[in-house]
Amino acid sequence: MNIVVCVKYVPDAQAERTFNASDNTTDRENVDGLLSELDEYAVEEALKLAEAGEGEVTVLTVGPDSAADAIKKALQMGADKGVHVNDAAIHGSDAVATSLVLAEAIKKIGSVDLVITGMASTDGTMGVVPAMLAERLGLPAVTYASELTVDGGVATIRRDGDASTQTITATLPALVSVTDQINEPRYPSFKGIMAAKKKPVDTWSLADLGVDASQVGLDAAWTRVESFAARPPRSQGQIVTDEGDGGQKLAAFLSERKFV
Amino acid sequence: MAEVLVLVDHVDGKVRKTTAELLTIARRIGEPSAVFIGDGFDAAKESLAKFGAEKVYRVESPDVLAHLVVPQAEVLALLVAEKAPAALLVSASPEGKEIAARLAIKTESGLITDAVDVQAGAAGGVATTQSVFAGSYTVTATVTKGTPIVAVKPNSATPEEVAGAAADEVVAYTPSDAAKGATITESKPKEATGRPELTEAAIVVSGGRGTGGDFSKVEEFADSLGAAVGASRAAVDAGWYPHASQVGQTGKQVSPQLYVACGISGAIQHRAGMQTSKTIVAVNKDNEAPIFELVDFGVVGDLFAVLPQATEAINAAKG
Ligand SMILES: Cc1cc2nc3c(=O)[nH]c(=O)nc-3n(C[C@H](O)[C@H](O)[C@H](O)COP(=O)(O)OP(=O)(O)OC[C@H]3O[C@@H](n4cnc5c(N)ncnc54)[C@H](O)[C@@H]3O)c2cc1C
Ligand SMILES: Nc1ncnc2c1ncn2[C@@H]1O[C@H](COP(=O)(O)O)[C@@H](O)[C@H]1O
Repeated sequence: MNIVVCVKYVPDAQAERTFNASDNTTDRENVDGLLSELDEYAVEEALKLAEAGEGEVTVLTVGPDSAADAIKKALQMGADKGVHVNDAAIHGSDAVATSLVLAEAIKKIGSVDLVITGMASTDGTMGVVPAMLAERLGLPAVTYASELTVDGGVATIRRDGDASTQTITATLPALVSVTDQINEPRYPSFKGIMAAKKKPVDTWSLADLGVDASQVGLDAAWTRVESFAARPPRSQGQIVTDEGDGGQKLAAFLSERKFV
Repeated sequence: MAEVLVLVDHVDGKVRKTTAELLTIARRIGEPSAVFIGDGFDAAKESLAKFGAEKVYRVESPDVLAHLVVPQAEVLALLVAEKAPAALLVSASPEGKEIAARLAIKTESGLITDAVDVQAGAAGGVATTQSVFAGSYTVTATVTKGTPIVAVKPNSATPEEVAGAAADEVVAYTPSDAAKGATITESKPKEATGRPELTEAAIVVSGGRGTGGDFSKVEEFADSLGAAVGASRAAVDAGWYPHASQVGQTGKQVSPQLYVACGISGAIQHRAGMQTSKTIVAVNKDNEAPIFELVDFGVVGDLFAVLPQATEAINAAKG
């Protein structure tokens, strides 16, 4: 079984994230980045499937030079090979363009049985790339999986919904997005770190994929960020220390604000 | 006036509050038309009319919902082609966003997700406001291609009652083969808690690791306020509260009028799910807990002492 895991390189959520003032895009240069935490669950799930049977795991990322780090981490965890789509024209792409590039890369990788993604990236947090990708590839998608089994060419997931817990099936080839409930991602072992150095990573440009530069990047985006502003810091709230009357003070605050 | 399509979010005809909010927003942009997919239209019609739906397009095909989102995206694509609406609104639930994502590709239209405000755009279309990077930035955006599709967060508008005709029109639709690729094979309903739904609630009271696994004081306090109960991931991971109640990056994103965090430290992933709340209150033993950076009102103290006293005072005030 050929599994492709889509992983995104994102600015560290613990750092000060911001925008480029020149074009209102996310600043990816001046903030330390890493493999999106939520995509580690996707990598782990792919590795578990591959380890349980025959299977090869390819990690795919679309991003600038630094995004190679995301591939490296996934290879260290145990993925077999990497594909990095890197092209200056991609800067400023929205989810629509990103999904186009991912779809073309997956077609080029060829004979893919299963595409696994995270539930959302930790920077954009749109959670729409998986569905867009499935739409472009003409694949069924089973999303927000908290459990995944693949058997006899059918992927079965469990999803923890609001009103019910659902079991959902899709015939392969299919796309699955996974939540942070699904597993506990492994840390790269020393052996894994050494082995990763010898694993193949292909770097593709848009031309390699037959994607025209005019279809991606900021100018091709179907939406436009008009402005961004740091949220004014919340005016310093009132903080009281409980001296036996903290509950009453809390109730008084809530009454004053008409919540009672 | 151009139509604005609103996908109705409902369970067997019971229309969720977010739909009333979407219909209210739709009226700022054009004439609201609801799209109702599934069973229970008779039950839904009244509330759609009450919040100003002039038309309702309905699809009754019984197995549509069993195949999750693709058939719904196909129905909407059909309507977008036929009615050329000024915009299309869905609620920013995981399912709503997935439908919107497929629809955006199908109709080559720009998609904005998790909008907290939507207005008519200066040059037509829509002007949206989003809150990004765990609430630390506010971004305004417009759609530059196709039919603007916007996934709107719950509690982004106050539903306004305006009588609409809710004239219904059955849409002939047969799912394509591709639409049947995924199937719900089993669905186990969850027990109702009797409390408001987390993302819709005006007030949310959440408990974290600080509860030590005893949510009773959090629940009693929540009930005194008529609030929904949420939990941090630490509390969920420990098995103290169901995952459906988790607030945060990988749980629910809530923006109620009032959010009360009890025994929650305020990690960035938790903030990502509650930072757009209008008023924030915390009860925490540690005066250095990061949650206090966000609060309008904070009590440094033991939740097992503070909450019962507050509950008693509130219940007494209500008489
Ligand atoms: C990929 C990923 C996704 C995540 N997604 C989420 C998410 O969606 N939601 C989420 O919440 N977290 C999420 N987290 C986890 C997050 O990083 C924190 O670990 C978690 O929010 C901590 O929960 P907590 O505040 O309850 O626990 P802690 O951080 O342990 O805080 C407990 C607090 O309770 C206080 N306390 C203890 N006893 C009492 C008492 N008797 N009275 C009053 N206060 C008391 C303590 O002072 C402390 O501040 C995610 C993490 C990762 C890596
Ligand atoms: N640039 C990218 N490269 C590879 N995978 C991506 C990229 N952007 C998004 N994804 C995948 O899509 C998922 C959801 O992303 P998003 O829709 O941006 O929240 C992520 O968890 C990844 O698996």
